[in-house]
Amino acid sequence: MEDIKLMKGNEVLAHAAVRCGADGYFGYPITPQSEVLETLTELRPWETTGMVVLQAESEVASINMVYGGASAGKRVMTSTSSPGLSLMCEGLSYLAGAELPCVVIDVSRGGPGLGTIQASQADYFQVVKGGGHGDYRMPVLAPNSVQEMNDFVDLAFELAFKYLNPVMILADGVIGQMMEKVHLSPQKPRRTEEQIRQECPWAALGKGDRKTRNIVTSCYIDPETMERHNHKLQAKYDRMEREEVRYEEMETADAEYILVAYGASSRICAKVVEDARKDGLKVGLIRPITLFPFPTDAIRQAARYAKGFLSVELSMGQMIEDVKLAVGNADIPVRHFGRTGGIIHSPREVYEALKQFMTETGGKL
Amino acid sequence: MKEEIIIAGFGGQGVLSMGKILAYSGVMQGQEVSWIPSYGPEMRGGTANVTVILSDRKISSPVVQEFDTGIVLNQQSLDKFEDSIKPGGTLLYDPNGITHPPHRTDLDVYTIDAAVEAARSGNAKVFNMFVLGAFLKIKPLVTVENVIEGLRHSLPERAHKMIPANEEALRKGMELVKKAE
Repeated sequence: MEDIKLMKGNEVLAHAAVRCGADGYFGYPITPQSEVLETLTELRPWETTGMVVLQAESEVASINMVYGGASAGKRVMTSTSSPGLSLMCEGLSYLAGAELPCVVIDVSRGGPGLGTIQASQADYFQVVKGGGHGDYRMPVLAPNSVQEMNDFVDLAFELAFKYLNPVMILADGVIGQMMEKVHLSPQKPRRTEEQIRQECPWAALGKGDRKTRNIVTSCYIDPETMERHNHKLQAKYDRMEREEVRYEEMETADAEYILVAYGASSRICAKVVEDARKDGLKVGLIRPITLFPFPTDAIRQAARYAKGFLSVELSMGQMIEDVKLAVGNADIPVRHFGRTGGIIHSPREVYEALKQFMTETGGKL
Repeated sequence: MKEEIIIAGFGGQGVLSMGKILAYSGVMQGQEVSWIPSYGPEMRGGTANVTVILSDRKISSPVVQEFDTGIVLNQQSLDKFEDSIKPGGTLLYDPNGITHPPHRTDLDVYTIDAAVEAARSGNAKVFNMFVLGAFLKIKPLVTVENVIEGLRHSLPERAHKMIPANEEALRKGMELVKKAE
């Protein structure tokens, strides 16, 4: 009982960062994730694990501090919300280009522009499809519970160092602000300088007894070299697509209609599936846990028997494009439903939209 | 058992912390719980509300459109949430400052004079515990012992000296709750 806590998702991110042995957090406050920096400041990990917590002067500074820490092989991270992530996108592209591991968390809010501080899932394109320039991809984890806010921080660092690539956690204001029960992970030690030297032979830690020093860069002026670098990066992204797809299915075995939803929306859709099944409707849910790599095969598999897919997002419809690509069959209707502006669709609204969709596409009610 | 509760009032009335104490009590009782606040550019005197769910099974959606119980502490919240309570559900409110009483006839309606009692006790901070006591008298979902245990977990150490006053207010609230005519 003692180790079960009741916490906000944002607070848990801070605890998880300290407990997974992170070396540094650099951030700038922005609603709805300001509790991450606040909680870290309260925890004072610099007095216990030696982790650095620093409030930067802007998101541009935060992401470049991350670049610096990552170049030295440190486990470093930042967190922000939508407009702040826009400011970080140049840095993300540089981090990916320079093959630097780090964790970046977006607790997204409504946009475009300054938008609203309320919850939204309208950063899918930005986070999953790039945001920054150039041919790069990042693994994107989408937690849908406070427990996963804990679990995914450590997982994100693991993936970041496995692939030498930035890893995103895309949460939303609901998951960040909500309190649920959580088992916090046990404290892991931070890696020693010696361990970092061994595990990160690429890190810029000084020449030591080697002949040449390491250079961390994303700049390749020679076209042949640049193209080779792009192919090397692409090979990593291909491997992510083979090895890192994570998703959950609910009641899909005999489902005629499939809801596809991630984050807060997937929790709402789980309730819709429960209600629909009580009414005898064959409805299931596919919940992508990784948005990149996307669970394309799971959706294509379900499309062999399904009559339709409803992509339920707190946006005007972004993930739906990946759902359509995955279904890969123009005869199977794929539709979007979602509220925006910080309004969270209720299970009933989604259920009504689903029934409407079923009626219009020959489903049995 | 699954109870979906909306608690709403002015910022500064202890709406969010009352929800947190209730949720923590549920944790102590071994229940599944969720707590979602309205968050926004809110301040003391603005409106505040929180959805708390207590359940003995895993909670799928923490977002709900209808509530088993509404606990409302000002007129704006009554206007906003009265119609969101399920038919046959429960409405608990503090009549202090209420000019238009509830209109629903299909609800179990209760009142608690928490503002008056808090003023009388000389400790305005325990206002929300009178209300929580009233609610737990109507729906004994968690024991008083687990509320106290929940307080111990949700309050910082320096505030633990306030626990006896909170317990007293909680028990007083249980005595004072009235079924509305």
